[in-house]
Amino acid sequence: MSMNRREFIKITGLSTLFGLAGKGAFELLRPGVLDAAEHGHGHGAPAPEEPAEAAIRWGMTIDVEKCSEPGVVERCIKACHSVHNVPDFGDTKNQVKWLWEDDYEHTFAGNENEFMADHVKALPFLCLCNHCDEPPCVRVCPTKATFRRPDGIVAMDYHRCIGCRFCMAACPYGSRSFNWFDPRDALNQKEYNMEFPTRMRGVVEKCNFCVERLAKGQMPACVEAAPQALAFGNLADPDSNVRQILRKRSSMRRKLELGSKPSVFYLV
Amino acid sequence: MYDAWKILVGLAIFLGLFTFAFWMNAGKAAPVPEVKIDTPEIKKMPEPERKCVEDKHFMRTTHMQLINHWRDQALRDGDREYVNKKGEKYVISLQNTCIKCHSNKKEFCDKCHDYAGVSPYCWDCHIVPPEEPKEEPKGNEL
Repeated sequence: MSMNRREFIKITGLSTLFGLAGKGAFELLRPGVLDAAEHGHGHGAPAPEEPAEAAIRWGMTIDVEKCSEPGVVERCIKACHSVHNVPDFGDTKNQVKWLWEDDYEHTFAGNENEFMADHVKALPFLCLCNHCDEPPCVRVCPTKATFRRPDGIVAMDYHRCIGCRFCMAACPYGSRSFNWFDPRDALNQKEYNMEFPTRMRGVVEKCNFCVERLAKGQMPACVEAAPQALAFGNLADPDSNVRQILRKRSSMRRKLELGSKPSVFYLV
Repeated sequence: MYDAWKILVGLAIFLGLFTFAFWMNAGKAAPVPEVKIDTPEIKKMPEPERKCVEDKHFMRTTHMQLINHWRDQALRDGDREYVNKKGEKYVISLQNTCIKCHSNKKEFCDKCHDYAGVSPYCWDCHIVPPEEPKEEPKGNEL
């Protein structure tokens, strides 16, 4: 049978139109084969294994009422910021914050229960990076400067940060701050924690769940400063301290509706 | 050749300016730097134990690769333990391991880095222990 180009194009065009060619034809004649091939394993091969459930997922519980006791919030913030050489520029525009205090309305913006008990609405809320299980900041980082460690900590590699601030736009919790100025200008040289670096101008920074202290077997600085209000532990272990607390007490998490699965729980 | 003398004078001036850097600095080779390892922390150690994480030659030639590797290992892999060629273990940390001993940045790091014309940006973030302001030797300055 001879066929010229015009006829060939007519036939393939029409058959595509009726779903008889291309991917559609494959699906019609041998369903599932093409999809399997596209995913890199042949027909009948077992589905790729789901990654094993992580053994560690660090999380934190914050007892909101105990945080309202005088001095607790300030003590936590001071402990965190002095351990990590976080500068204080004295104004909110250039503020760099790892741990900070906010009110109910702003902490739970968008999903606030309008009939929440009055005394809860008046409480101070300690805010920090939520170390999300599905961190949106990690998805947008173009240099992989921010990444999720296997133990659930969302870490920053300041060596790789180019200061594009995509992560700041992506983070729904405002947990990230940009260094508009050299942070050393706003730090007292005599009060440096010599065991931890500062940052430089032009990088984004945030809470690191005290990863450097965990490596030494210590608790995060804020938990050490207020052990009665904060608890830190492994969410993946059903018998851990945080899981036991969460089993007994009702808790809230920030902006759950976004699906980022935060690891910081507010006990109310 | 028309205007030969103009061209020749112009060429001479051009060559003179072009090679200015060479003949200006001729015979003024910077001396090979001698780094100092007489910090209090190193002096505290008894003589036979005075050694770095790897041997002297390795550290001189490869410390930049080692530090780069340490950074990735500690920060990205979360593994903060370094096992050297002899099997000895060290904590991976620029500030808590390297600078604990080599607390004299000016006399240790800067000397060679200036000589080699490199300016690593380690110190933009990592904190250098304060050094007593010493009378800097004059010369070799711009």
